[in-house]
Amino acid sequence: MKLNAMIVLAALATPMAHAVEYRTVLPKQSAVQFEFRQMGVPVKGHFKRFATEMAFDPAKPEAARARIEIDLASIDAGSAEADEESAGKLWFNRSVYPKAVFVSSAVRALGNNRFELRGTLTLKGTTRDMTIPVSYTPGANAATFDGGFALRRLDFGIGEGMWTDVSAVANEVQVKFRIAATGN
Amino acid sequence: MSASNRYSTTAILLHWLMALLIFTTFPLGLYMVDLPLSPDKLKLYSYHKWIGVTVFLLIAIRLAWRATHTPPPLPDGIVVWQRRASRIAHGLLYVLMIAIPLSGWLMSSAKGFQTVWFGVLPLPDLLDRNRELGDLLAGVHKALNFSLLALVILHVGAALKHHFIERQPFLQRMGWSRKERT
Repeated sequence: MKLNAMIVLAALATPMAHAVEYRTVLPKQSAVQFEFRQMGVPVKGHFKRFATEMAFDPAKPEAARARIEIDLASIDAGSAEADEESAGKLWFNRSVYPKAVFVSSAVRALGNNRFELRGTLTLKGTTRDMTIPVSYTPGANAATFDGGFALRRLDFGIGEGMWTDVSAVANEVQVKFRIAATGN
Repeated sequence: MSASNRYSTTAILLHWLMALLIFTTFPLGLYMVDLPLSPDKLKLYSYHKWIGVTVFLLIAIRLAWRATHTPPPLPDGIVVWQRRASRIAHGLLYVLMIAIPLSGWLMSSAKGFQTVWFGVLPLPDLLDRNRELGDLLAGVHKALNFSLLALVILHVGAALKHHFIERQPFLQRMGWSRKERT
């Protein structure tokens, strides 16, 4: 009798857990980081402020959507000098383009809690299609979504003029993010 | 001149190679710090660091050499206080040639820019990234360098004074041949 009750509860609990739709992002447990090579030396940076809107139901991943808006003024590019430099016209031209925006267009399940997130990234007035692998980790309180991709900064005009010299600052920038969200 | 009045060829080569590197990287350091950020500035910083690491490596070899070889005795006629001063000054030169590259390495670690020798060989970061500590170490690096400048002026001045004013066979010790100079 007791055992039967437990089986019934378990059977009920499983679809309920799957029915959670993750929509509330926890900014303190989320991060947007990047890494690039400067004279062959890896330099790490991150953005302190970004706003994420998302909806993800593990049962219906293809219906998931996400929008991330990064405040470029919140950059930590490795040094105070680089933070300041990044605002200028040759880099982000931040007074004209203060934000980087990613908007999802499609999500495809790859199995094993891995997904392919497609969307567009708009940076410094240039919009490009991106395909980003994301892994989903369910948690007791919050689920985390980890993804990363390589961005070629020159595709977006990040670093014009003298900074197109990729022997000093590499073209490729590795971007990594972690978004933590709850279903509440 | 007899061989015993000269340093060994290895010691002489190390001395002049390090002199060349230090006389290159010191003004480079002074010049690069005030440049506005540019790819050239990043390159100069890297060159400065590569030379610094090379100096650090050479000083290790030089200390090992010094520990296993006896330097030639100072010429007769050098008074006791000058012999003492010479020992102290040389000791300090060695200390600074170790401390300066080390302070630069620590500063780079603290500032979050790893040192990668010739862009190929990464040196481990000795400190975690910490901007305040990085700025402090920059001050230390600068102070040590100006101490080295003062000591090098003393070192070169003393050698020239003994050689040219007191007519003691001095510069030969570090490579000048007697035929060319006297």
